[in-house]
Amino acid sequence: MSDPVPLLNVQIDGVWHQFPKGTRVIEACSQAGKFIPRYCYHPKLSSPGNCRMCLIEMGMPKMGPDKKPELGPDGKPVINWIPRPQISCAQDIAEGMGVRTDSPLTRECRNGVMEFLLINHPLDCPICDQAGECQLQEFSVEYGKAGSRFLENKVKKPKRIALGPRVTLDDERCILCSRCIRFMKEVAKDDVLGFVSRGGHTYLTAHPGRPLDSNYSLNTVDICPVGALTSTDFRFKMRVWFLKETKSVCTSCATGCNTVIGAREGIIYRQTPRENDDVNSSWMCDYGRLNFHHVNSEHRRAAPQIRLNGALETADWGPAIVRAVEELRRFRPDEIAVIASARMTNEELWLARRLIEALGRPRHDVVPHWGEGDDLLLNADRNPNTIGAQLLGVTGERPGDKLAPIVAKVRSGEIKAVLALQEDLLEAGFTAADLTRLTFLLALNTLPNPTVEAATVVLPGAAFAEKRGSMINVKGRLQRLNRAIPAPGDAHDDWEILRDLLNQLSGADGLYVIEDVFKQIAGAVPEMRGLSLSRIGDRGYQLEDVDEAPATPAPEPAHL
Amino acid sequence: MVDEVITHYPVSKRSASLPLLHLFQERFGYISDDAIVWIAQKLGLEPINILELVTFYPMIRREPAGKHHIRVCRTLSCAMAGSYRLLDTFCKHANIDPDPHNHEGHLLKSPDGRYSIEFVECLASCGTGPVCMINDDFYEAVSDEEVPQLLQNYP
Amino acid sequence: MGSVIRTPHPREKRIVFKNIDRPGYTPDIDRYFADGGYEELRKAFTMKAPDIVAEVKASGLRGRGGAGFPCGAKWGFIRPGETKPVYLICNADESEPGTFKDRYIIHQDPHQLLEGMIISCYAVNARLAYIYIRGEFPLGARILERALAEARADGFLGKNILGSGFDLEIYVHRGAGAYICGEETGLIESLEGKRPYPRIKPPYFPAALGLYMAPTIVNNVETLCNVKHILRMGGAEYARLGRPNNTGTRVLCVSGDVQKPGYYELEVGAVTLGELIHDICGGLKPGRKLKAVIPGGSSAKVLRAGERYKLKAKQPDGSMSEREIGIEEIPMDFDSLAAVGSMAGSGGVIVMDNSRDMVWALNNINEFYAHESCGQCTPCREGSLWMKKLTERMLDGGAAPEDPDTLKSVADNIAGRTICAFGEACAWPTQSFVAKFRDEFAGYASRNVPAGGDGNAESHP
Repeated sequence: MSDPVPLLNVQIDGVWHQFPKGTRVIEACSQAGKFIPRYCYHPKLSSPGNCRMCLIEMGMPKMGPDKKPELGPDGKPVINWIPRPQISCAQDIAEGMGVRTDSPLTRECRNGVMEFLLINHPLDCPICDQAGECQLQEFSVEYGKAGSRFLENKVKKPKRIALGPRVTLDDERCILCSRCIRFMKEVAKDDVLGFVSRGGHTYLTAHPGRPLDSNYSLNTVDICPVGALTSTDFRFKMRVWFLKETKSVCTSCATGCNTVIGAREGIIYRQTPRENDDVNSSWMCDYGRLNFHHVNSEHRRAAPQIRLNGALETADWGPAIVRAVEELRRFRPDEIAVIASARMTNEELWLARRLIEALGRPRHDVVPHWGEGDDLLLNADRNPNTIGAQLLGVTGERPGDKLAPIVAKVRSGEIKAVLALQEDLLEAGFTAADLTRLTFLLALNTLPNPTVEAATVVLPGAAFAEKRGSMINVKGRLQRLNRAIPAPGDAHDDWEILRDLLNQLSGADGLYVIEDVFKQIAGAVPEMRGLSLSRIGDRGYQLEDVDEAPATPAPEPAHL
Repeated sequence: MVDEVITHYPVSKRSASLPLLHLFQERFGYISDDAIVWIAQKLGLEPINILELVTFYPMIRREPAGKHHIRVCRTLSCAMAGSYRLLDTFCKHANIDPDPHNHEGHLLKSPDGRYSIEFVECLASCGTGPVCMINDDFYEAVSDEEVPQLLQNYP
Repeated sequence: MGSVIRTPHPREKRIVFKNIDRPGYTPDIDRYFADGGYEELRKAFTMKAPDIVAEVKASGLRGRGGAGFPCGAKWGFIRPGETKPVYLICNADESEPGTFKDRYIIHQDPHQLLEGMIISCYAVNARLAYIYIRGEFPLGARILERALAEARADGFLGKNILGSGFDLEIYVHRGAGAYICGEETGLIESLEGKRPYPRIKPPYFPAALGLYMAPTIVNNVETLCNVKHILRMGGAEYARLGRPNNTGTRVLCVSGDVQKPGYYELEVGAVTLGELIHDICGGLKPGRKLKAVIPGGSSAKVLRAGERYKLKAKQPDGSMSEREIGIEEIPMDFDSLAAVGSMAGSGGVIVMDNSRDMVWALNNINEFYAHESCGQCTPCREGSLWMKKLTERMLDGGAAPEDPDTLKSVADNIAGRTICAFGEACAWPTQSFVAKFRDEFAGYASRNVPAGGDGNAESHP
């Protein structure tokens, strides 16, 4: 147990507070309810103190001849106010410090800085993506003037520059706060951005031979206080005030960065990272961030399908479920295989497990997906819920090592029926020819793929942004997905599909809400004992006694 | 020579950025795109780190100057002593169009490339203004009449 | 360079400038030896480093670069027993408009600088030092390199100097045309190979977090030369020169509308502004009257002829008296010039007579600052360019009645709000010119006539 951090006494706008030693002045003021406007300061980056927007009046205790602070009538130190305003973002609080956040001088400072920032700023608001979440707009409401007294010509700088494949730069809007430069250097460790030229003509750029193509480039767009850096993917697509924001979690790898999904009328327009210091700090990678377009695809499976006379025909849910279970009942357990997914939520995996039990414990596994990990956020395991799949018994210690034997048995004719849950079997070691050998193939998925095309029954499920459920990340953190948009057409939540199959198979009933599914999990899995879906909260819940998943992948499914 | 310069900065190679830029410019007359990449690589930096410097310091050029480069001081004391007129006189005798809009690059050059001229900030000889430099040579109290003779020393 | 041999004015006291324009004096080390060169360095090595610091403190030497900060106090910021390496940098970036003194030391008497520098390095225990010389002194850089080679060859640099056990290496580092490199933390950033953006203080005080984030002392050329002389005559003796709290001699550089512009080394406060202009610099041009004086480099607030100032002085009995003086009675020392609302700064005195247009003059200065602003922080970056565009527009015939107020307001929003003193440097000229010559600025809106190219209202650019 480390020593407790001492508390220091600080006077803010006449009121004495206490804050832990090491608190930045600007943060102390926020905690005291006095938000100080700022541009260049960011809690996760170094503080250059260049925007000057956070200027406040600061003072230190007046020392008496005995080198102790002089006390005033209230018994507290008398403050010697420094005549020159100080920035609050680059200094920590000190014992007896005084801060004035709202004096005439501080207001003058802010008005001054605001005016300076606006004199060369282009009138781009009508076409600027940042509108609605722009700190220049926001602070100018409080600290700007109604009219401009700038009679000169504005400085012209490059506009619409492709800084990298995913980021567009408008130099005229840039207020030269250097957040992007500091992020790329300090966090992404890819020092490719810099300021060129001098004085009022300074502008941001990247060297032509080294563009901003890092897998973390879009974080600069998040932290840019203005519309200088914009996401090329999101540019001109939607006004941010129309976006409904849903807190969720990224499902593109095992890290599970916390996110915000921005959607409107059933279409996702962007994802942005949500701060969680236990998972992803304030960042996420470009790959995961942009991996949502498939949700909006026009090729989404929106209705169940049954194969009749060789062709897939649209069907209603009832008949589709009935048909699927009827077919399954014709096979012995050793003639069936269940290929589930570590992309499924815990709730889906639990029901998949129960389905496996109900089917007499056929062979089962999940499909590993590996990529290159980095030292930052992107995990080599591209499955977001490997630990969940393990805890819930849908896969073993080395996910995917049951796949090769399953494929072999399909080829030998032993396995005749396969359930492909959220996976394309061609990524599980199967060939297209293998699929044709099957008597029965059930595909539960969202998008067309060879497995769906070859299936006997197709059941359309929901994408990650369309479901509520939980997943466990690589560090054993239980996190929750929330529904941002409804699934298209007649597609159902996967947990409901699996429940319906289970009920049809076992003749059971029940499980009306997803919370009940979680309750079953909590009762059966010791690591999740006592938890509930709503208890997980926005920041997740760290499971104890769960080892961090190994970083080395199991071998790729062998292609025989 | 490059490696010798780097030894002057035992604590951090990055400190050799500006000295290397001076070396390259002395040798080649200006800093090319290749030079930026080369210097960055040599010092273990990103090209943007060098580009940041090249564009900040007015003495570092991205394009060749004239065969002879003239710098006239424009700051207060020299201006009071007539340096604006001196600049015009130099332009006239060196055959340089004084209008920056009529030049392709950033430097004001004579069409035959013999002279280029720059109106620079205080050269620290305010008592003997107007002052100028031609290449590395420094001239003080330069009168308009002297200009043709001066230029003749730089054919 | 050095083509004009001047004889010092009788009122001068040539200490640092003893060898400048001295007939027959050459910058090589043998000539320096002939005058007893490097004797003070030998003396220094017989002293303990803290004792040298004490001598400099006793001397009252204030920085000669522009800030006038007590040198001994600056050295005292280095913690005794500091375990991080200490660096010393000679600021030879002389770029303050109106200033021309370090140039001559570098070109004509480099070994004086080296000796002062080596002594100073020993005093603060700096084992690695740099001379940051402005890029526009290419000859000066070569002269310094040669002098360093001579010093190394004779054992004044390198390992175990003169058997003292003290190692030191000094290198020349050339700048490339940026005034902001004269700001000590901007200089440090430039030396580190980055864009010369001055650092925020706190926490980056050079004595704590300087070059390579180690304790660093940055001193002006003239200041370092004075160290040698302080060691020669002793701190107490040095303190008897000049005035209390304004000790020693300094080189004043006078330019503008005087008959004999040039450099003059005088005891600090020994002459008044009037004596400087009329007695030493031969007065104004025939038929002209004094209009304005910038007393300490272009960053200093301008003084208007005819103004009256209240100067406080401590009497021998300890009481304070106050007297009212005119511009020509101002003693040329740090405290007096601060008391009249300007500063001694770099010692660059620019004299303007009644033929000069003040809007034109301010515009020239504004263009300098707009050009030299590094662009790091908002008020200076945007404000310096704004002020330049504004006075430019006034000169082009587009003056608006609110311009003087806007100028003042913009300047007020810069001074005190920036990372470094460049904010004050670019704001003070505008604040003072507009305040003191308001009539001229206001008159532009009604006239709206383009002004002359050399500041004369009649002539055309």
